[in-house]
Amino acid sequence: MYHYNDFDRAFVQERVNQFRGQVERRIDGSLKEEEFRPLRLMNGLYLQLHAYMLRVAIPYGTLNSDQMRTLALLAEKWDRGYGHFTTRQNIQYNWPALSDVPDMLQALADVGLHAIQTSGNTIRNVTADHFAGAAQDEIADPRPVAELLRQWSTDHPEFQFLPRKFKIAVTGAAHDRAVIQAHDIGIQIVENAKGEIGYKLLVGGGLGRTPMIGKVIEEFVSQEDLLPYCEAIVAAYNLLGRRDNKYKARIKITVFENGLDAFRDAVNEQFARTKPAFSGVDVKLFEEIRAQFAPPAWRNAPVDAYDAAYEADPLFRSWADTNLTAHRAEGYAIVSVSLKKPGQTPGDATAEQMRALADLADLYGHNELRISHEQNVILPHVHKSDLPALYARLREHDLAAANIGLVSDIIACPGMDYCALATARSIPVAQQIALRFEELKLEHDVGPLKIKISGCINACGHHHVGHIGILGLDRAGVENYQVTLGGSGDETASIGERAGPGFSADEIVPAIERLVLGYLDLRSSPEESFLAAYRRLGPAPFKAVLYPEQEAKRERADAA
Amino acid sequence: MPRKFTPKVVTANRLLEGDAVWLTADGRWTPDMREAELMDEEAHAELRLLAAQSQADLVVGPYLADAVAGAAGPEPTHFRETFRTRGPSNYAHGKQVEL
Repeated sequence: MYHYNDFDRAFVQERVNQFRGQVERRIDGSLKEEEFRPLRLMNGLYLQLHAYMLRVAIPYGTLNSDQMRTLALLAEKWDRGYGHFTTRQNIQYNWPALSDVPDMLQALADVGLHAIQTSGNTIRNVTADHFAGAAQDEIADPRPVAELLRQWSTDHPEFQFLPRKFKIAVTGAAHDRAVIQAHDIGIQIVENAKGEIGYKLLVGGGLGRTPMIGKVIEEFVSQEDLLPYCEAIVAAYNLLGRRDNKYKARIKITVFENGLDAFRDAVNEQFARTKPAFSGVDVKLFEEIRAQFAPPAWRNAPVDAYDAAYEADPLFRSWADTNLTAHRAEGYAIVSVSLKKPGQTPGDATAEQMRALADLADLYGHNELRISHEQNVILPHVHKSDLPALYARLREHDLAAANIGLVSDIIACPGMDYCALATARSIPVAQQIALRFEELKLEHDVGPLKIKISGCINACGHHHVGHIGILGLDRAGVENYQVTLGGSGDETASIGERAGPGFSADEIVPAIERLVLGYLDLRSSPEESFLAAYRRLGPAPFKAVLYPEQEAKRERADAA
Repeated sequence: MPRKFTPKVVTANRLLEGDAVWLTADGRWTPDMREAELMDEEAHAELRLLAAQSQADLVVGPYLADAVAGAAGPEPTHFRETFRTRGPSNYAHGKQVEL
């Protein structure tokens, strides 16, 4: 894992000191709110419905156990005992008092964390595959690149006032777990015919008001060209991107309006300028960073304990079947710890749970944790012989839900329970769907299904790329939920299509139930997933189960 | 035709705690919306909003929100404003347990 050097430490400390002074000046009246607001946003501090909210970056979702303990400390000492992990691998605290925030930032800085550029029209937290460094299918660990990009983009003088926010995601595997096609820049590590490692670059993806799938701007960018090329992309966007209309300011609109070829020309023009400015120091830096991400020393041990528990304990077996992923190292597994126990708020962890996870990472996980964009916690390197003991400990802390990738593993943004931008609530919808399917005891039968819920058009809950997406809106002063179908966030990314009229808060859970039960009748075999069935059959049969009254009307009309 | 004025309260978030507060007739900021001043006249409401905006040392982002007279005082008309009087629905936090 990356450890801050003296420069990083000094920089982050200076920012904490600056913000402490800014908060003092706001409180004593020497700064007006209009002056203070951009300063607090630069440090991740929002003002929401009920309180301030502090958004802390977890770069590429990677944490060590001391950092996780500090996240727990913040929750306990300055918040209400919990934190909310987000779809951008950040953590949000929902109740800090303004005067406490500098102390919170100091505690974070002490363990190499910060909240810089978690808001504002800047390059945000660079996200990555949460299985990085552990996945069997990756060409290379995406985190060294993500860290290089973090260092390059942090306080980059040219990119502090972009037309709009800018999000970058990196995957090291062809199977995309980082949703790169829905990012402003998506980066996929690839290998060319000569066996050289390079980067496939996508631009102009994004969700929100105008969802778009990213387009490949370059098939292969070498290591030496990566930063100059990224700098050229952002520089071209900075010049061409619209500033007249907030809703047309993201790079997806710039690429769409200018066309990919014209945008690529603009990037190449910038590249001629940026390339000579990179002397190769970036490649040297990359190598230094990469050395810090060397894999831990794998243990070679028998896995009998795992096999025995798997045979003997059906609960352990069920958990192992859903929550474990194959690891690149012999005898190891990737453990996904679900923060989606039915009825729980998706992505929330208590301080006690965060500490327990930190302890488990120390004991069994080579001191590493990950936060996934799907709002779960990953222990990326656990030897199989330790899994029965780990599972027992997870159960003690209410962290053993066996539902990764299933109906109740729902992504949900904070929605109108917290967010000032929201148009409806998302959390209660997620809670009720999960509880309903727990009651039905069907989710293992249903199999892989991604439900994603956003409480407004900005789509923090990624509803467009949910197999089933739910968007909460305000329709004439009442919460109303629109359903989209057939979205996907992986390498086969697609934007979900709107199914039809929205549902009231009372109707949405029964509607989703009809849809899922309807799918069970429509699938060709238990192996055909919801998404596969939708792609084979198209929307019509799914709409028919979602809107039975319209369907009945249509049938009557056909019969007449 | 200009829209007919509907009764309003002045509301904002407190500078230090960030919680939702409402302006009372005697110029205090209260966490209990029922104590707020309900204003039927547009000109008066605008004056009260101006007064609120001059209190940047106490509150952030004051605005006029629709409200109606209830048995115990003004009540919100929109669900967003209702949530602000209550707190989140997933935990017993905020005004629903603090007032």
